[in-house]
Amino acid sequence: MSERADVIVIGGGIVGTTTAFFLRRRQRSVILLERGLTGQQASGVNFGGVRRQGRALQQLAMSNRALETWRRSRDLLGEDVEFMPSGHTRVCYHAHDAEYFHRYAADARDHGLDLEVLDGAAMFRRYPHLGREVLAASVSPFDGHANPRLAAPAFGRAASRLGARVVENTEVVRVDKEAGGFRVESATGGIYRAEQVLICAGAWANTLSTQAGEPVPLVARGPQMAVTEPVPYVFSTSMGVYTSIKKESVYYRQVARGNIVLGGGPPGPADPVTRRASVLPENTVAQLAQFVRMVPAMRPLQVIRVWSGVESYLPDSEPIIGPSSKVDGLFYAFGFSGSGFQIGPGVGETLAELLDTGSTPIDLSSFSIRRFQRTSSTQAESVTSETSP
Amino acid sequence: MSGRFVRVAEKGRRTFAIHIDGQRALAAEGDTLMVALLTSQDALRDSEFGDGRRAGFCVMGACQDCWVWTADGERVRACTTPAVEGMSIVTRLADREGLWPRL
Amino acid sequence: MAATVIVIGAGPAGVRAAQALVEAGLRPVVIDEGRRDGGQIYRRQPEGFTRTYEALYGTEAERARSLHRDFDALRANIDYVPDTLVWNIEPNAVHVVSGTHHRKMVFDALIICSGATDRLMPVPGWHHAGTYSLGGAQVALKSQGCAIGSRVAMMGTGPLLYLVAAQYVKAGATVSAVLDTSTFAQRVRALPQLLAIPSTLTKGIALMRVLKDARVPVHRGVTPVAIEGTPENGVQNVRVKQANGATLHVSCDAVALGYHLRPETQLADLAGCEFRFDHALQQWLPIADEDGRSNVKGVYLAGDGARVRGADAAERAGRLAALAVLTDTGVTRNEDEANRLRLQLQRFTRFAAGLRAAFPWPAQFAAALPDDTIVCRCEAITAGELRRVVNEMGAKEANRAKAFSRVGMGRCQGRFCAHAGAEVIAAEARVPLEAVGRLRGQAPVKPLPMAIATQADMETSE
Repeated sequence: MSERADVIVIGGGIVGTTTAFFLRRRQRSVILLERGLTGQQASGVNFGGVRRQGRALQQLAMSNRALETWRRSRDLLGEDVEFMPSGHTRVCYHAHDAEYFHRYAADARDHGLDLEVLDGAAMFRRYPHLGREVLAASVSPFDGHANPRLAAPAFGRAASRLGARVVENTEVVRVDKEAGGFRVESATGGIYRAEQVLICAGAWANTLSTQAGEPVPLVARGPQMAVTEPVPYVFSTSMGVYTSIKKESVYYRQVARGNIVLGGGPPGPADPVTRRASVLPENTVAQLAQFVRMVPAMRPLQVIRVWSGVESYLPDSEPIIGPSSKVDGLFYAFGFSGSGFQIGPGVGETLAELLDTGSTPIDLSSFSIRRFQRTSSTQAESVTSETSP
Repeated sequence: MSGRFVRVAEKGRRTFAIHIDGQRALAAEGDTLMVALLTSQDALRDSEFGDGRRAGFCVMGACQDCWVWTADGERVRACTTPAVEGMSIVTRLADREGLWPRL
Repeated sequence: MAATVIVIGAGPAGVRAAQALVEAGLRPVVIDEGRRDGGQIYRRQPEGFTRTYEALYGTEAERARSLHRDFDALRANIDYVPDTLVWNIEPNAVHVVSGTHHRKMVFDALIICSGATDRLMPVPGWHHAGTYSLGGAQVALKSQGCAIGSRVAMMGTGPLLYLVAAQYVKAGATVSAVLDTSTFAQRVRALPQLLAIPSTLTKGIALMRVLKDARVPVHRGVTPVAIEGTPENGVQNVRVKQANGATLHVSCDAVALGYHLRPETQLADLAGCEFRFDHALQQWLPIADEDGRSNVKGVYLAGDGARVRGADAAERAGRLAALAVLTDTGVTRNEDEANRLRLQLQRFTRFAAGLRAAFPWPAQFAAALPDDTIVCRCEAITAGELRRVVNEMGAKEANRAKAFSRVGMGRCQGRFCAHAGAEVIAAEARVPLEAVGRLRGQAPVKPLPMAIATQADMETSE
């Protein structure tokens, strides 16, 4: 006896739970299979930035969709995932990065993202707490942040209330094509059937895509996160450094309760097999140095915890989103390279549209899994200035 | 000068001045900052979350309940920090105008 | 080439470990968070204080004197690093911070003697200013010559309850009442195990005499109902239900609360030690063999920081762990002495079991806590909020419940809320306590100042 639905979603992170949610709103039946508990992996440990600014231009359409969902999240979900429309500002230390701010702002405007670039006296008037090495600031007033520990699980519960079958503690070991669709088997022998399957299993998606004949060079890395004690709420904008020098790329957001969440710099080790990731002590210390550089007023504060988790990266730091190139009815959404949180609900909404209607106005061609098919080798790892929020 | 803690031994030590919420108070040589504060008044800080004043808990650097703001906008853990002449501590959030962040 | 051995903690276990290493010709590093050695139970008073060892440590004066004297004699042969916190551990190195200076120190062997702190069961109102742990009340007196209030109620269970009350009385402080949640019958039933260390019984009787002579009311078999107070002024009185069902009000301006001790296991956790749920203790403890070897090669655990058996046991466990290090690094082997220490420690283990039977941890109180009782003092999260995430969000495991409720996210990182929090979750989810699991440990072990980061740190990272 197997369970059956229109769609099986494999992976209960922000992408899987939002896809299930939006599929239910389209009256499609859906079974979501999650190896552990919803939102426990990358979706639950990331920085929590809800940021469109800084994304590759081709991501902005889904990112705009996502922002609409974040804004309406309390009503949609019936619970608070602490979305704060605090704005997002990125700053830089180097002249060529300041020039880039202006170029990106011009390009982004065409994609529905309006940014304001400040420098000098005007910048320090707006942000008096900035360290004096900062050259320019690019402001995205409608971006913000939310609580990553709450979000995906909340979407999962909302999907359940709408009739999705969310099955936790269920690891998928095989996805097989059969007449009429797919047969999905769990580690304990559970069988699930559907016409369509979405693999959004993060760092573990590669195992399943390889089964389908589509291996991709997915690498696991651990975000280096930290948080301060609660202090008076003063930093209403989430901020990060835009730079090509990895160790400089730190970012923070202050939550309403007063804690300041800190992240960035070079990632740490992450092991998808053990599901363990760690924060290297030297990374924490180096990170703190960069924060005090960006905001000297942070110097008196105390860090009370660090954490990491398993994020997964593709060589070009862009995700795979869209149909399989080999198997009809199979879809992928993974490899968000440290930037999947904000866009997750936009991807979920778009995938639901695609799976339900067969098409979407959003251009997914640049996210195709095909781009990794040439040979086993040499996708030159592009230098990313900002791998995270 | 009366506070929450009661000196029952080691009385008669040399005293020195500290400031608490802008008021002068006396501490004794060898006092931790926590004792210096709580022999003059009832509490060390306000809870961030609205449940009232706090005065520490474990007295041994484990609970982290006794972190206080100095008038310079620094943070110190009162039970493990020796009181020193000239220390100035702010225990009421309402009085922290300009205390932190320092720009 | 001599092995580099680091001892964390200069309390009874750490001091005796260092001593054994020095005797074998090693020069260990001894790192301690405090300004002075002695740990908590034998905490040294500040320089210039005048109380005698007898006044400070009572029946344990000689042990304290011996420990301090021996450590002083060790100083020339160890690298003593006081006022320094080990905030993180990686394989073969500890990361330390003192003030705003940080550095990394490598080791071949690490002996963690991190001690213990009080185990707490919340009661409504325990967040009010003026509520302290029993250990805290003791440190205030021992190390600073202060009583935590002018009329102190002492509540909870365990030998520390009576010890601190007697110490306060002897020091001239006023103890309003001693409120013990355990019954006399429980103590009688535990007698055979308590006789493993007979001297403690006479000491216990002497403490009771002090309380009786001072006419301190002692109530057993009580159920705490509330610590009453106001947000501005703190504690005003304590309300309990007596064994006979009657309500008792105890007027006080301070409460010392505690139910035995719990090991500070964060460093063992960071060092990668495996933990096991101990059914007798209803706690997760790091796994260690008889001699203190953890499952991590080169990492040893000794004293109350591994398993609470008291200061006398800690001295022996410290020495035994050091002997294990010496054996494992091929320096020397002393099976005879190790065997003697193992036998002695078995008595302490039996005794500790007796204490638990005589003064049981009141796990059953957790389910009965009113919803508005604060469970997590740091974040002011109530039992009701914790129950809500169990029921409405399906959080039946400690880390999941923490992610949703914030219990354990505060400055103390679960030290004082984790045990009771787990009991609340288990009761609400109707699962065994073991199934709730334990909070994942993370660095820093205690708050780490952002000010430690220097210009050099900006330059040296990759």
